[in-house]
Amino acid sequence: MSGHATFEPQNKYVKWFEDRLPILGLVHSSLVAFQTPRNLNYWWTFGGILFMFLMIQIITGVILAMHYIPHETLAFDSTEHILRNVNYGWLIRYMHANGASMFFFAVYIHMFRGFYYGSFKGPREGLWILGVIIYNLMMAAGFLGYVLPWGQMSFWAATVITNLFSAFPIIGEPIVHWLWGGYSVGQPTLNRFYSFHYLVPMILFVFVILHVWALHVVGNNNPTGISVKSKQDTLPFHPFYTIKDAYAIVAFLLIFVWFVFFNPNQLGHPDNYIPANPMVTPPHIVPEWYFLPFYAILRAVPDKLGGVLLMFGALAMLAVMPWLDRSKARSLTYRPIMAVFFWLFVIDALFLGWLGSQPAEGIYVIMSRLATAYYFLHFLIIMPLVSTFEKPRPRPESIMQSVLDKAGDASPAKEA
Amino acid sequence: MIKRNHMMTSKSVRKALLGLATVSVLALPLLAHPAQASGGAATPHTQNWSFAGVFGRFDKAQLKRGLQVYREVCSACHGLKRVAFRTLAEPGGPEMSIEAVKALAKEYEVQDGPDDEGEMYTRTALLSDYFPSPYPNDNAARASNNGALPPDLSIITKARGYLRGFPNWFFDLFTGYQETGVDYLYALLTGYEEEAPEGFVLNDGMNFNHYFSGNQIAMPAPLSDEGVEYADGTKATVKQMAKDVSAFLMWTAEPTLEQRKRIGFQVILFILLFAGMMYFTTKRLWRGVKH
Amino acid sequence: MTNADTVDESRRDFLYIATGAVATVGAGLACWPLIDQMNPDATVKALSSIEVDLAPVEVGQAITVVWRGKPVFIRHRTVKEIKEAKAVDVATLRDPQTDAERVQKPAWLVMVGICTHLGCIPKGQKVGDEKGDYDGWFCPCHGSHYDSSGRIRKGPAPLNLLVPAYTFLTDTKIKIG
Repeated sequence: MSGHATFEPQNKYVKWFEDRLPILGLVHSSLVAFQTPRNLNYWWTFGGILFMFLMIQIITGVILAMHYIPHETLAFDSTEHILRNVNYGWLIRYMHANGASMFFFAVYIHMFRGFYYGSFKGPREGLWILGVIIYNLMMAAGFLGYVLPWGQMSFWAATVITNLFSAFPIIGEPIVHWLWGGYSVGQPTLNRFYSFHYLVPMILFVFVILHVWALHVVGNNNPTGISVKSKQDTLPFHPFYTIKDAYAIVAFLLIFVWFVFFNPNQLGHPDNYIPANPMVTPPHIVPEWYFLPFYAILRAVPDKLGGVLLMFGALAMLAVMPWLDRSKARSLTYRPIMAVFFWLFVIDALFLGWLGSQPAEGIYVIMSRLATAYYFLHFLIIMPLVSTFEKPRPRPESIMQSVLDKAGDASPAKEA
Repeated sequence: MIKRNHMMTSKSVRKALLGLATVSVLALPLLAHPAQASGGAATPHTQNWSFAGVFGRFDKAQLKRGLQVYREVCSACHGLKRVAFRTLAEPGGPEMSIEAVKALAKEYEVQDGPDDEGEMYTRTALLSDYFPSPYPNDNAARASNNGALPPDLSIITKARGYLRGFPNWFFDLFTGYQETGVDYLYALLTGYEEEAPEGFVLNDGMNFNHYFSGNQIAMPAPLSDEGVEYADGTKATVKQMAKDVSAFLMWTAEPTLEQRKRIGFQVILFILLFAGMMYFTTKRLWRGVKH
Repeated sequence: MTNADTVDESRRDFLYIATGAVATVGAGLACWPLIDQMNPDATVKALSSIEVDLAPVEVGQAITVVWRGKPVFIRHRTVKEIKEAKAVDVATLRDPQTDAERVQKPAWLVMVGICTHLGCIPKGQKVGDEKGDYDGWFCPCHGSHYDSSGRIRKGPAPLNLLVPAYTFLTDTKIKIG
């Protein structure tokens, strides 16, 4: 069932082909024979789920591009045309819009899984940083795509976000005019954002390949955080994890289709069904939910440049994490104190998200500042200190040992 | 034979749930703080709509009545420019007969051209035409309405809404509540007061409405009892008309709603079945594997 | 993977096959919207039939209307043209068709004005146009001659000009498509 470790084609045509382009061998080694820790739990299925959403976004995106018109007087109309007149256009558009949300939902789980089990720690720093790059590209793609329907929120999101760059002294304004292709957001902006929205996912795709490549170099982390020591610790990727991932993907699809068919506009904003009007700003601008924590950080500081730097700094924290956590143990399962701080950080991130959806005034500003401060405190103080001083609990000898220990102390083992 | 072991998975799941629960509990007092409603407007009440929920379908008779209200009342100032006459006969809408829709379209004149002499001309509308707007452009509309722009109503029920606040927005994720816009519209149409409450300074030419942002709206109360005479004999109260026209405008905003919900139900059933089979497949594959 | 119980084995096989079958069906169904979205949409379909008022077209005149993005020639034929069209020996034609097969009312010839050779639009609609050797239409691209019934008589075109589906709604009004 496990197949050969190396790909040995039996069919002579396959062999002929393989001798010239060993692509089947590549697929075999990375998706079939790839040795994967045997103890991965369902939090590890989110990589597969994310890959599926990348595919959904690309396919539906290519289709939308067949019907969408990147023009300031036609963009909104063409989006409505897709929803009303194109065969199954409503389905494809709602899949793309909600697919973006699901993509971020899944990526946040994927990231927090990495936080908890220490997947960012050595030797996986490269893998982790590639992931951070992918996350940043996702945000770029998400923002660019949100502009395209050219509703009120699209237009004002484009205005506000591009204006972030105006915070930089001297070069700020020329940069913003360069981004806009004019003195305000307009037709040139929309047209280039459309081009970028098509470009960024291609770059993202390349980074996904690098991310998977890096994964195959260093191998999967696992819930114990212990490195793989022998073949006993692993299982071949296929069929064990192909099937398990497929099951998780199908289960996750349920959430997705629920939104697409029964709740397609809840994650959006009604104002984006009002055509863009450069003369009227909506009373309450909010970004898409997945940007809210960073939006809260941006607004927490009274200084324009400070807010922008802090927001980019918050993202940079993710990239330097591997060097902030100094513990010998990866998984927080064996680091109870850090585990508490992990959950406090989750709360802080959710809290920041909620604050991002509230008006930037009064008590909300003060709370945003506290939550922002804690965000940085977590990375810059708590993580280095706790990881240095907390003595990890004893860890099992090996992955297999931990599995056997679990089986041993499981009271009456459940019949499957 | 080695028994399957759930420990690893279920333990982390439990931990995650516990974590989430802690988050929710801690965040509750903060989230329960009412989100700022814009300018003191009252929160609309949720109504019973035939098109709400998983099995929601439009009430065809209601859509026809709503169309009548739109044509006899709203259309004086508001356009419906994204709605083609043909859609009135298509499945999932009012489903009028094609002859009735043709006759209805004939009552409208649309601009066409240029003809062979290069002149624009008007002709009677065809099925493929769209409801003509009452004003040629936004500036003309403003000029005729004291500077206020009567918005096009084609997607108004998706372009309006109200903040649900915590915990409603959270429950909405699971109930599929998509009717903030249409509830708001109904509330707005029935939320007028002839006299502003004492102490409220109403600007010139404005009207008091409980649900409009800032409580002052340029549009005077559009509906009055017996304002239209329904062809099907329904009593035309303000509430009835507001409800009918709101439902009609939900259809104009989301003409594929019925198709979406019908296909959606089938897709959910299919995925449930498939997920069930995948569950057993996975279980069987992993049976006897220590993990 | 120690259990080799045959009953269990066959049940497992059935489960795997059934799951695979459901997955295949699901993937197939999911493809349909992705394909169907390229078919003509509702706005295009709404214009797929047009009504044309023939009343203003005098005997001997022709009009060109646009139907599904293509020119449709509508000719109010003269008695002479009708006579010529009927007099032709069908057996001599490249694409044998009697005039009666090509018209619903002899006075009105309705056909898609696209040369069956390579898709150019033949001359002959306007008063001053060259009408070819057979008092009908002439395609300037590669020299196809059509007669007063729109049948190919000379030149490279293989078929007669196409007659679209149309019906007379009244004596002077037709619906094409």
